[in-house]
Amino acid sequence: MTDRQPGFSTLAVHAGAQPDPTTGARATPIYQTTSFVFNDADHAASLFGLQSFGNIYTRIGNPTNAVLEERVAALEGGTAALAVASGHAAQVVTLQQLLMPGDEFIAARKLYGGSINQFTHSFKSFGWNVVWADTDDISSFEQAVTPRTKAIFIESIANPGGAITDIEAIAAVARKAGVPLIVDNTLATPYLIRPIDHGADIVVHSLTKFLGGHGNSIGGIIVDAGTFDWSKGGKYPMLSEPRPEYHGIKIQETFGNFAFAIACRVLGLRDLGPALSPFNAFLILTGIETLPLRMQKHCDNAKAIAEFLSRHPAVASVSYAGLSSDKYSRLARKYAPKGAGAVFTFSLKGGYEAGVSLVSNLKLFSHLANVGDTRSLVIHPASTTHSQLDDAAKVRAGAGPDIVRLSIGIEDKEDLIADLEQALGS
Amino acid sequence: MNHDKYDDDYIRSILNTVKSIAMVGASPVNVRPSYFAFKYLAQRGYDMIPVNPGQVGKALMGKPFVASLADIGRPVDMIDIFRNSSHIMPVVEEALKLPTLPKVIWMQLGARDDAAAAKAEAAGIKVVMNRCPKIEYGRLSSEIAWMGVNSRTLSSKRAPIPTQGMRLSLNRVSVGGGSTSASDRAARDKTELT
Repeated sequence: MTDRQPGFSTLAVHAGAQPDPTTGARATPIYQTTSFVFNDADHAASLFGLQSFGNIYTRIGNPTNAVLEERVAALEGGTAALAVASGHAAQVVTLQQLLMPGDEFIAARKLYGGSINQFTHSFKSFGWNVVWADTDDISSFEQAVTPRTKAIFIESIANPGGAITDIEAIAAVARKAGVPLIVDNTLATPYLIRPIDHGADIVVHSLTKFLGGHGNSIGGIIVDAGTFDWSKGGKYPMLSEPRPEYHGIKIQETFGNFAFAIACRVLGLRDLGPALSPFNAFLILTGIETLPLRMQKHCDNAKAIAEFLSRHPAVASVSYAGLSSDKYSRLARKYAPKGAGAVFTFSLKGGYEAGVSLVSNLKLFSHLANVGDTRSLVIHPASTTHSQLDDAAKVRAGAGPDIVRLSIGIEDKEDLIADLEQALGS
Repeated sequence: MNHDKYDDDYIRSILNTVKSIAMVGASPVNVRPSYFAFKYLAQRGYDMIPVNPGQVGKALMGKPFVASLADIGRPVDMIDIFRNSSHIMPVVEEALKLPTLPKVIWMQLGARDDAAAAKAEAAGIKVVMNRCPKIEYGRLSSEIAWMGVNSRTLSSKRAPIPTQGMRLSLNRVSVGGGSTSASDRAARDKTELT
């Protein structure tokens, strides 16, 4: 008998969770504890030596977090995952396993502004050098490859403009260069796009956004696709060489196709320390149970609102890949046939002033710096999320001064359109 | 038999039926994967036999090393080969000469020899290649999910209560008196009044 592959919605509810063996609790309990008792000294030693599976200390792992990890790994089609305190933490922990000082990684220019900052400034102080490339010109990725390149980093749906990335084309560049492709899948979620199916080796998320989905918890996750051979050429010593802190264990040799997730846990999370609170893990898990329902509604609403805006006389342009006229419409049909996400930008004929006035006149849309909430959100990226970029970089990142970003919630679309209509009219 | 991918039922039936496992290439060095796999499987109740000609005279978890499969001197259900792919064939050939053939030949994570597998399968032996029995046991029992690993299993059933768990132990610290001081006082007052 061939194993049956459960559907996405079944996995969203069940993967990783089962009734608690001790109490029978059906919802996943919040294991709000710092530490776990060892059976005996030998058990403790074998856990510390990575010889047994088990819990030690919540900075390294926690049973509530483990349910979240298995669930996201299952939804993404990965071998394993590691939950961390934020999407930013996921990026640091991921790259720490791959880069040594003086190494390089290639990143797409169209990224969340916070990631651009992290890569440009903080990572520079670690000696990790980012080299930018343009997702609209695949050859720019090929040209950026050098012998020091250790990874390629892209977003599946790019923030803030909602551009769809040709993941397969960039995966081919990564394969040829012998480096892993890391895809930030935050804005798509695995409901819309599963980057591993298109050649990604590592997927990272800000769980804070659509996966958690309710705007109540910060979190991040790293998913290991189990596809990359870390042993080749000694390029990734964190995975291929004996680890002195674990008595000479080689992570890849010991853990096979989930070695990257283990390295992130036992070398990254253990030492850098950005652990996710089990309470946040519980809230995010609860959110994920309804991900397929919410995500479809987010996308359907976003499409209706993008269409409304594109017809409105005050609007200069709408950048949403779900519109058939959009530059990324072909890629959206290929990669995200269920919907092109719910975060997009538009510009107003009245420029910066009209954008500011719109934001202040909206009554249902909340003006704040987040996306992927049940509530509809609005922001002016140039003065907030992308404010630390210079003007040219703002335009390149799709966050010019006249741009307004929306994150469409799951309210009734008629009410959202009415709110935009009154705010645009006034 | 496709050896690129195994159905869970195939692996599960092997781990549910074999009782004795000879581990060829078992190491007494406690940072080697063979050491932890040996220990883990022994703790799960398998009858483990360490095979390594360089370690004869020593023991692993109280089990004496033997030099070869022939030296085990009794039938074994499964042979787990902890050697590189280039060393698989001689072990399989040795296994095929045993008076009682094993039911399963398992090659560790990273080890694969399709010709050796075909020979074993022609003799009616089940073969698993490039997998770790410890990881597969942990995955199918979902114990490995504590490490964030995708077990690729689902269950709405409660796992059995651990019979040796601390909660079921009677060996707990008692708080003096046997009941609370208030209930003791109430009992005493009642006695004094009557």
